[in-house]
This record gives sequence, C-alpha cells and structure tokens, in this order.
Amino acid sequence: MGKQIKVSLIGNPNTGKTSVFNLLTGLNQQVGNYPGITVDKKEGICKLSRGVKAHILDLPGTYSLNASSLDESVVIELLLNRNDKDFPDVAVVVSDVENLKRNLLLYTQIKDLEIPAILVINMADRMKRKGISLDIPLLEEQLNTKIALISARKGEGIDELKKLIESYTLLSKKPCLDALSFAPEYFERLQKVFPDQSIYKLWLVVTQDVNFRKVYKQELDVAPDFKIKSESELKRLQQKETIKRYQFINTVLKKGLAIDSNAATGTRERLDRILTHKFWGYFIFLAILLVIFQAIYDWSSYPMDLIDEAFAWTSETVKEMLPSGPFVDLITEGVIPGLGGVVIFIPQIAFLFLFISILEESGYMSRVVFLMDRVMRKFGLSGKSVVPLISGTACAIPAVMATRNIENWKERLITILVVPFTTCAARLPVYLIIIALVIPDKKVGWIFGYQSLTLMMLYFLGFITAVGSAWILNKVLKIKSTSYFVVEMPGYKIPLFKNVAINVIEKTKAFVFGAGKIILAISIILWVLASFGPNDKFEKAEEIVANNYSDLSQEERDNKIASYKLEYSFIGYAGKAIEPIVAPLGYDWKIGIGIISSFAAREVFVGTLATIYSVGSDEDETIKNRMAAEINPITRGPLFNLASGISLLLFYAFAMQCMSTLAIVKRETNSWKWPMIQLVFMSVFAYATALAAFQILK
Amino acid sequence: MKTTIANLELGQRALIKEVDTDAVPLKLLEMGCLPGNEVELLQMAPFKCPMYLVINGSHLAIRREIAARIEVKII
Repeated sequence: MGKQIKVSLIGNPNTGKTSVFNLLTGLNQQVGNYPGITVDKKEGICKLSRGVKAHILDLPGTYSLNASSLDESVVIELLLNRNDKDFPDVAVVVSDVENLKRNLLLYTQIKDLEIPAILVINMADRMKRKGISLDIPLLEEQLNTKIALISARKGEGIDELKKLIESYTLLSKKPCLDALSFAPEYFERLQKVFPDQSIYKLWLVVTQDVNFRKVYKQELDVAPDFKIKSESELKRLQQKETIKRYQFINTVLKKGLAIDSNAATGTRERLDRILTHKFWGYFIFLAILLVIFQAIYDWSSYPMDLIDEAFAWTSETVKEMLPSGPFVDLITEGVIPGLGGVVIFIPQIAFLFLFISILEESGYMSRVVFLMDRVMRKFGLSGKSVVPLISGTACAIPAVMATRNIENWKERLITILVVPFTTCAARLPVYLIIIALVIPDKKVGWIFGYQSLTLMMLYFLGFITAVGSAWILNKVLKIKSTSYFVVEMPGYKIPLFKNVAINVIEKTKAFVFGAGKIILAISIILWVLASFGPNDKFEKAEEIVANNYSDLSQEERDNKIASYKLEYSFIGYAGKAIEPIVAPLGYDWKIGIGIISSFAAREVFVGTLATIYSVGSDEDETIKNRMAAEINPITRGPLFNLASGISLLLFYAFAMQCMSTLAIVKRETNSWKWPMIQLVFMSVFAYATALAAFQILK
Repeated sequence: MKTTIANLELGQRALIKEVDTDAVPLKLLEMGCLPGNEVELLQMAPFKCPMYLVINGSHLAIRREIAARIEVKII
C-alpha cells in the first residue's frame, strides 16, 4: 500500500460539493455512519498518481463552523480533534463562483484552524453567463492558498485539483486575517487560561457545545480571570467577528472579482416568479405530486409483478429440484418469500428516491419549503416537514432521517412523531388484499371504482391523521424552542445524472439491507413457530385428519392437514391466546397471528395469512378465495365482511407496526421515551378506531 | 415606529441598519444579514410569510417574525 493523503471535502450546501466528491471518487465510495449518530458518512478513494492515493471524506454541508444542527457539528468536531483518525492532512473547501462572498466566510474560518486548505471555485461554466471574471493569482495571494477553478458539471479542472492535493505540503497554514481583533482584551484573557492552545479553537469551544481535547467548557468557566459571557453577549461578539470576516472578504473580492451586470441573466428570479407564485406555485407543486404518485403506484407495478413472479418461480423450482425436508421447507417457505417481500418494494422506493433527488438537485425543494411553511406551521410543523411527509409515503425510515434539517427542535420532534401515520409502501399490500375482499368491484360514474376510491381515501386518511396529531402535539408538548427558519433558495440547475443515480442506488441499498434483515429474521422465526408444535396433536395431524375426514379429496385433505397443523403449532396457540383481545374488532385467531407477526413489519401480514391459510399455490386469487371462505367463529357469517374489513384497514392505517421505525426514532431523538409514546399512542388509537368501526358497522 | 424587513413591499430594496442579535439566528448573520448590507424583497408566500429575500447577494427565505427584528432604511 502506498501513501494515502487524508482529504476532507468541506463547503456550503448547494455548492456542488457532492458532484466534486463523485468526480474524484467515481463509484469508489461508500456510505456509513459516524459513531453513535445517524449522520451519513461518505468516503471514497481517489487515485492521484502512481502510488499516491487520497482518502476523501465528504463532510456534511455547512454554512460555517458555528454548528446549528447535528450534521454541522460533525464537521467542527472532526476539525477540532487532531487525534481523530479522519483528521485531514488537507481540507478542500468547495465554493460556488456565484456565491463566492458567502462561501469564503467558511473558508476564512477553516484557515483560522491552521489546517492546509485548497479553495475550489466550482461552477466555472456559469461565469460567462453571469458576467463574472476572477483574478486567480491575486485571490491566491490574498487568501494564502492555491485555487482550483473547476466545473464539476463538465468535469473540467479536476486534474489540477488532484495535483494540488498531491502537493498539499506546499500549502500555507497561515490564517488570512485576524478575525478576533475586535475585542483584544477579552481574547487575551481567554488565551491566558490556556496559553498553548490556538485562540480561535478556544473561541469555538466557548461559543458552542463541542469538546476539544482536554479543554472543556467547565474548566474555562472556573478559570480565575475568565468568565464565559452570557449567550446574548457571546452572540454580539460573534456578529462582530462575522462583520470582520466579511470586511476582509469584501476587500479581497473588490480587487479579485468583477461582475459585469449587463451580461448577467436572472433565470432564477424569472422562474421563481412562477414557481413561488401564490396560485401557480401551488398548482405546479400539486401537479408534480400527482406525477410522483402515478409513478410510484402505476409505473412501478410492472417491475413489481415481475419480481413477484420471479420469486414464486424460484421457490417452486427449488422445491422441485431439492429433496424435500425441513431445511428445504425453510428455504422455500421461509427465506425465499421473506426475501421476496423486501425485494418487491425496490421499484417503489427507487422511484420515490429518484423524484426526491431530482427535486433536491434542481433546487425546487427549497421552493416547496417556502410555499408550504405557513400552512404547515398552523399544525406545529415546518415547511421543511413536507419532504419527510412525502418520503413517508414510501417508507418512514428515510422520512424520519430527512427531518434532520429542521432547525427548530419542537417542529422536528413533531414531524418525527407523526410521519409514521403517512401511508407507507408496506401498508399497500395489506390494503390491496383487504379492499379486494370487502369492497365491491363496481364503478361510480364512469371512471372511479369503489376500490380505487377506498385506496385513495386511506392515503388521505393517513395524511389527515398525521397533520391532525401534529396539531394536538403542538398544543400538548411544552417545549420551548425559538422559531428558527432560514432556507437558502439556490439557483436552478439541471440535475446531474451521475449524482441522482448514485443517490438512488445508495438510498435503496440502505433500505433493502436495513429492512431486509428484520423481515428475513421474522420470516424465519414465523416459519419455525408455524412448523413445530408443543404437543403431539401437531405431530399426528395427518393421522387425526385421515381418521376424521375420510371422504375428502387428496387436495382438500392436504389443506385440512395444513390448517390443523397450524392450529396446534406454537403460533396457533399464541393466536388463540390473543383471540379474546381481537374478537371485539371482528377478527379470529388467524388474523390475530397476522397482526402479531406484523408488529415487526406490516408487509409480513399478507405473507403470514398466506402461510396460515395453507395455500399451496402462489396465485393471488387463491389466497383471496381462501380468505373469502373463512367463517367468523362467533357470528357464523363470513369472517371478512365490510365491518371487519374496514376495522382491519383502520387498524393498519393507524397502528405502529414497524420495529425499524421505532429503532430509527430512538436514534434520532436519542431516547426511548418518544418511540414508546409513539408505539402506545398509535396502537391504542388504532385499536379504538378499529373497535368503533366494527361495532358500528356490524 | 421602526422600519423593518417585514414592512418592505414586493420589489423594494433597503439597507440593513441594525440586527437584533438576540432574535436573529447566527446562521442568518453569517449568510450576510449584517448592518450596511443591501436587502431586496423578491416574493412572499400567502399571508406574507415566509419572505423570500436577496440579502447581500444570497437568495433566502425567512419567517416574518425574524424579518421584523431586522431594522432597515428603504432606498
């Protein structure tokens, strides 16, 4: 192994930092987590020249070293800790030529940490259109660095950047200004407490909640001639510091940057006049949503059908090819259908991430936040809650993670708590089979069928419940947090195919492996519980059925044996134990098992019922027919009628039946309190509404 | 009464006079919302909130109550 240079990519959001990362590393990258928190850690390897490689770490986008979110604090904690294994040999600060002034603020802060820094000025291809010209040698001299002028979109200038990285030892470590000169006395006293530490680092420790080596805030606080000032005094000092930095930046740019405003074209302003318009803005947003839903539920049904058939075929083939026995049964009845249950969601999830990343890459998502903020605030949410609520229609897990950029903790918490009410992809198979069973296949008027209307109502219901409970939570929760809402409205860009593709692949992979593990485990456990029994009624099922039902055909007898076995298996006893609880909702013990098993993941329900109703064939029709023939033990009528069907639909709409979501909520809120409240509240609510629906309708 | 960003009308430009640092988040200061810089109101969502501004060359949206804490002089 040759030499590896450790590089950190740092920059404001919307500067094309990720494009630069993708250009440097290609597909040679991986996404992990920072220890203990769920901030994505993206790293990759870039070959610089023969024998020299660079390890590139793509840090979360941040506007400054003063962190205001979890993602941002990752940046500062790394840069303050020289002992961290990822501490960079060189920092590559990515800036956007159109926002150079603001981007340089972060650059001057990084320079103050005395880390060698290369300044990347990205989007050079837009300079001509915007009438911008730069004096690079002058900027390099004034900013104490080397500059790489690149266009990530066109792939230009990357080789120069690689050369600069390779010769990073030649870079100056000197800060480019003395930003703390506005209150000399105060900072002298601070320096005296820790004479051997850099004053800027000490200042960062004073102003925020980061620890840096052994300098802890408490130690500063007890130091004899130094007192940490009040928050509002500190903030005034920070304002002075920021003004100081901008004064420096303005002087530099006055000499080094020229804008010919005649040549500039205001595409952003013109587009925004329509896209953020009081009427057309909402109209266009609605139209985009419709296209997204169409794609998720219509276009993705073709690949989903193919996947379904492929897994059924694999299962059958394996069964025929291998000798029968418990191990083969485990594979064909447990593992393969379990895997199929995960893989089948890939088209929907991929479509959703495709649209979300196109909307984000193009800059449109900020406009949605702008349009929706006022409406969402009425319910205690933020404009930034819209993205999680849309993502929630695919899966609550990425949706909960997407709440991270909501700065206001109360709004973020409420968003996290209500997101699981939105109708996620896992509820869809349950809805589809129940609707097919209990809602007549008739049309109202010309176009709309009762069945598709019911499905639409369920989506609507999920959204209304989410927003309604947000409204209640907003009234109930007594959390003080300052209203805090700053959204950058970046210039519009045509999304880069490479960025979108990598994003879709990464997110889909994360879902499949995350949810996949749990679903697979549950499928295996279920299979074991259904395949063994506590006593010999299970073992002797064949004998007992043969004695009692001698007049049945071969097929009927096989079915009878299977369902008899199930009744006396471990899971059968478990189901019977909970029957008294679910009977008032109109369910029998078999549905009870379905509900228990889907407390790990909802989509398990259909698979469980398929197993429980002992259907040998994989055709959907057969499962449906078997379910339709079930008799309610109390009423003696069909088990699945309108009352029990609606009750079941409502139960699945409201109940918290997803361990992965609970786990992610625990991680994001850093306590078990909130996921437990979510679990109890949602389950009780689901039980109550399902009970009411059944008792009224029966 | 003081004139603040919340008093601006669509398309109006102003110079920032004073920023109430207790109410305005540091992030906004760092994006260029500082005394002496220019601000222009580009667009407002229904009910006049949030407000879409250009401050010091940065395009950004803030809520009305924050805008009301930034004093300006209309130019």
